[in-house]
Amino acid sequence: MAGAVTAHLSEEASVRPQHINESVLVRIVLITIALAFLTLVVIFPLLTVFIEGLKKGWDVYTASLRDADALSALKLTLIVSLIAVPLNTFFGIMAAWAITKFKFRGRNVLITLIDLPFAVSPVISGLIFVLMFGAQGFYGPWLDDHNIQIIFALPGIVLATVFVTFPFVARELIPLMESQGVQEEEAAVVLGAKGLKLFWLVTLPNIKWGLLYGIILCNARAMGEFGAVSVVSGHIRGETNTLPLHIEILYNEYQFSASFAVSSLLVLLAVLTLAVKKFVEWRGSKWQSK
Amino acid sequence: MKGSANRRVLPGYGLSLGYTIFYLCVIVLIPLAGIFIKTAGMGWADFWHTIWNARVIAAYKVSFLTALAAAGINAVFGLLVAWVLVRYKFPGKSFIDSLVDLPFALPTAVAGVSLTALYAQNGWIGSKLEPLGIKVAYTPLGITIALVFIGLPFVVRTVQPVLQDLEKDTEEAAVMLGAYRFRTFRKIVLPEIAPALLTGFALAFARGIGEYGSVVFISGNMPMKTEIAPLLIMTKLEQYEYAGATAIALVMLVISFIALLIINLLQARMNKRTISA
Repeated sequence: MAGAVTAHLSEEASVRPQHINESVLVRIVLITIALAFLTLVVIFPLLTVFIEGLKKGWDVYTASLRDADALSALKLTLIVSLIAVPLNTFFGIMAAWAITKFKFRGRNVLITLIDLPFAVSPVISGLIFVLMFGAQGFYGPWLDDHNIQIIFALPGIVLATVFVTFPFVARELIPLMESQGVQEEEAAVVLGAKGLKLFWLVTLPNIKWGLLYGIILCNARAMGEFGAVSVVSGHIRGETNTLPLHIEILYNEYQFSASFAVSSLLVLLAVLTLAVKKFVEWRGSKWQSK
Repeated sequence: MKGSANRRVLPGYGLSLGYTIFYLCVIVLIPLAGIFIKTAGMGWADFWHTIWNARVIAAYKVSFLTALAAAGINAVFGLLVAWVLVRYKFPGKSFIDSLVDLPFALPTAVAGVSLTALYAQNGWIGSKLEPLGIKVAYTPLGITIALVFIGLPFVVRTVQPVLQDLEKDTEEAAVMLGAYRFRTFRKIVLPEIAPALLTGFALAFARGIGEYGSVVFISGNMPMKTEIAPLLIMTKLEQYEYAGATAIALVMLVISFIALLIINLLQARMNKRTISA
């Protein structure tokens, strides 16, 4: 299942002669309904975060961001994504290279398997690691003997995050590299390019913007994952609380302003992600028109 | 597929494929297998009792029906949004296009608290609906709205490219033959985009069934009424009933895999169509 389908809006399809277009009135009505729907479902929730966050004033807003628990949650979120995102980025490049540059049997099965984490409920994504490493899990007793803690600690949170964000970079790169074919790389090999140099000088320049978007999207998901992390974290304040979990705790304690203030940080992250996407699409359309 | 017949000219085949399979096994396949191993150790009677009692069935029902309703709403409005974005020109179009991706990028917990604040009885929209006798938050309707938010990009982004690549000629021909716009849409355009629309619907549905973060806040989590299946797993885990949680997880996994299979079949058919066309 696609986590993100990149679709370019081209001007061409919206230039239509009158006889295969709707009348002006119908067009206005349809546009109005579409915008009303988006306002209700997407724009209002977005605004609500800032309105509720700033309800009790700027001081309460900044104070809730400077709170010690919020800061430690932010720190943990950053650490987790700093580990998870590079791991999945490296995997994504390897997988896309294997799948798009070579023909082999079971290629489509492999692509489906890479998509698998998209089909798994976040709660189950956490559960599987509890089953493996939890106190009653398969490796629980062994880990206990060696005094290693995975569940309710950083490694568990990282594992669950890696699982949930597993397909993002690969998913972004596979269609891109597939469409570019292998001619350039083959030419480079004939000219004597080897291994890493080939990737670095020939492939990377072609895929860098798609790769950047894949990484940014993977990062947004890593920082925002809630369900899976909630299962493995144990919710220990100041220790195993990530930003989304901190939002939940504050909300359940009726500290709404603080909860929305922390939420607004993650909204900014989402907006930044979308801005990068727009930029990458813009680069892509420029590249195509060249 | 482009390129020469022998693709092994390029370096790194063994290394990249080997690493891909290794990482896939360690992170995804082996942990997922744990679900099956754990359930296998349960015994039939126990397993059956866990996955088939009144409270669990009610939770499946809530999850299934709300996901279905949300996917249906998204199929209608998602198609409309894609249509408007592809075919019409209006100010702020590029901004609206970006906005469609927001549910992908926004953490689910943020969506959850925000939608709840908006649609609760004292919320901005909830307070307007209250006098009309419509309660949104803490009812299945609220869950549906959260799932509409989550599923929207799936429908828009699968329909959009197909709509964009649609040839104008067939529509021209229909007009020449005297068909009105709506008839042209029904007879010419809709059959062309139907597979994409169905794929988007299935993707939104599959995502909705497993969704947790955006739903727990707005659902109110009343057993038998607004308790969703993923929450039931969570509750069992908190009570250290690992076997019970795993059994329900297995049922959900099977449902998701069936959905995934259907999506892949649909997409295969869709690709065939575009290639033969």
